[in-house]
Amino acid sequence: MATIDQLRSNPVVEDRGLDSTMILNMGPQHPSTHGVLRLLLEIDGETVVRVKPDIGFLHTGIEKTCEAKFYQQVVPLTDRIDYLCPMTNNLTYVLAVEKLLGLEIPPRAMWIRLMLNELTRINSHLVWLGTHALDIGAMTVFLYCFREREEILKMFEMVAGQRMMTSYFRVGGVSMDLPLGFLDYIKNFISYFPERIDQYSNLLTNNPIWQLRTKGVAVITKEDARTLMLSGPTARGSGVDWDLRRDMPYGGYDQLEFKVPIATEGDVYARYLIRMEELRESTNMVRQTIERLPGGPVKSDAPKVVLPDREAMKTQMEALIHHFKIVTEGFTVPEGEVYQGVESPRGEMGYYVVSDGTAKPYRVHMRSPSFANLNSIGVMCEHNLLADVVAAIGSIDIVLGDVDR
Amino acid sequence: MALQPAVTDLELLKERPAVACLYSELPQALQAAKFDRNELTLWVDPLQLLEALRVLRGSKAGFEDLADITAVDWHPSEPRFEVVYSLLSYQLKERLRVKVRLAGTDPSIETITSLWAGAASFESEVFDMFGIRFQGHPDLRRILLPDDWEGHPLRKDYPVEGYR
Repeated sequence: MATIDQLRSNPVVEDRGLDSTMILNMGPQHPSTHGVLRLLLEIDGETVVRVKPDIGFLHTGIEKTCEAKFYQQVVPLTDRIDYLCPMTNNLTYVLAVEKLLGLEIPPRAMWIRLMLNELTRINSHLVWLGTHALDIGAMTVFLYCFREREEILKMFEMVAGQRMMTSYFRVGGVSMDLPLGFLDYIKNFISYFPERIDQYSNLLTNNPIWQLRTKGVAVITKEDARTLMLSGPTARGSGVDWDLRRDMPYGGYDQLEFKVPIATEGDVYARYLIRMEELRESTNMVRQTIERLPGGPVKSDAPKVVLPDREAMKTQMEALIHHFKIVTEGFTVPEGEVYQGVESPRGEMGYYVVSDGTAKPYRVHMRSPSFANLNSIGVMCEHNLLADVVAAIGSIDIVLGDVDR
Repeated sequence: MALQPAVTDLELLKERPAVACLYSELPQALQAAKFDRNELTLWVDPLQLLEALRVLRGSKAGFEDLADITAVDWHPSEPRFEVVYSLLSYQLKERLRVKVRLAGTDPSIETITSLWAGAASFESEVFDMFGIRFQGHPDLRRILLPDDWEGHPLRKDYPVEGYR
């Protein structure tokens, strides 16, 4: 048997000694990666030395598909990118196309969009809270969160006929008016929802185990947040005072009153507190939209772009012709390019749409917040404990459909 | 809000702080500019991209943050590719689009990861989808598609259904 000295002198055998590291493969089927994220972790005992994300398992080529569709046919594709906030995707895309067209929408459509967009934020944050707490070991919260989420999905079904892939927004408004009894349903929901937020908060905020697992864990500094292009609650948890709804208002957000919660600690707990506060702010915003919802049409008066009502289509020849033209040939959009950024529940969701003057977009690019926020995985996990990796992933609220597109 | 015609006259656009700043610091880098639909676009010499972005990122111009990097393929016209950088200013609450034009044969451009570390993943995506190389990129390889994938899908000469 060779002695250690003999092994050392032999250049073929490498002495890895006690300070060697190993590679651990996490995912893509790991339940705590929120989808199909694969992480390659180089670990030294319990400490993560390096981490490298491997993405693309959910890549479906949506950007390429968009180039082969008419402008109105792209709306259902946008739902499928970030499947936890379909309305936000719809909104970003239709705002971008409306900007290209120079089209204005009626006030009722604007307020309906605001209302549903904030409900979507609540929906998304509830899924985040439930799964994030489940990852860290607090199982009870999950069931409570999904109880309330079910109510929101019912509302989506009432307006759009679909629970998740709503495709409710249209270029020039929304597809149809709110159904009867919808406002009473939503009023009832927001009357009890703040109390439910207190319930979740009671389970977690002052819970010593929760605090031990989240405080001081996966810290992102403000400088890192900016050079790594982070946005949304992930950046706001590190003290970046930036919210597109407040700072670059779009789609009527300048008419709503709300606060933007900020924290400076930059750890998992700070990001948790911010999203909890956003749940309350969003509830307030939904309340404001209900109070100020005006009457009137929900589609703009642009017959060449917006499909006519069924009633008009069956009684007026012109409406029927327009309907036929839009469905078979689409509508043309003047040449140009726009970038529309929207504050999605995860951060800056941006659509860059280029038109060459035809009925199909020349290029649609989605700047997805999860893709950019994944840049932070290195600074969050490296030199920290392996067990905190799941807390870190949950805290940036990653959606892999949004990363891979 | 009826559409206003796009302004492309560089002399008129020099009133805008970002254009003025770039023009005074690096006059030969600025190739063209356009103001359309309330969005400002600057075309920059590819060889001076990094310098131009450094000027725009500085405190004088104030576009300290990068929101997005993507590309557009104008096949079959030349120069074929445009790489698009969306800058963002927290102070001014404004966006700025900086573009470079690249030729179709062996397109490549300097990486900007020295200015924004997060740009690495966006540049990898552009490489994956368009085949544009970023010189000096720390780890340039396919990010969304499998490593053995053939072709770059977002090029216009790549069929929508893929090669069969």
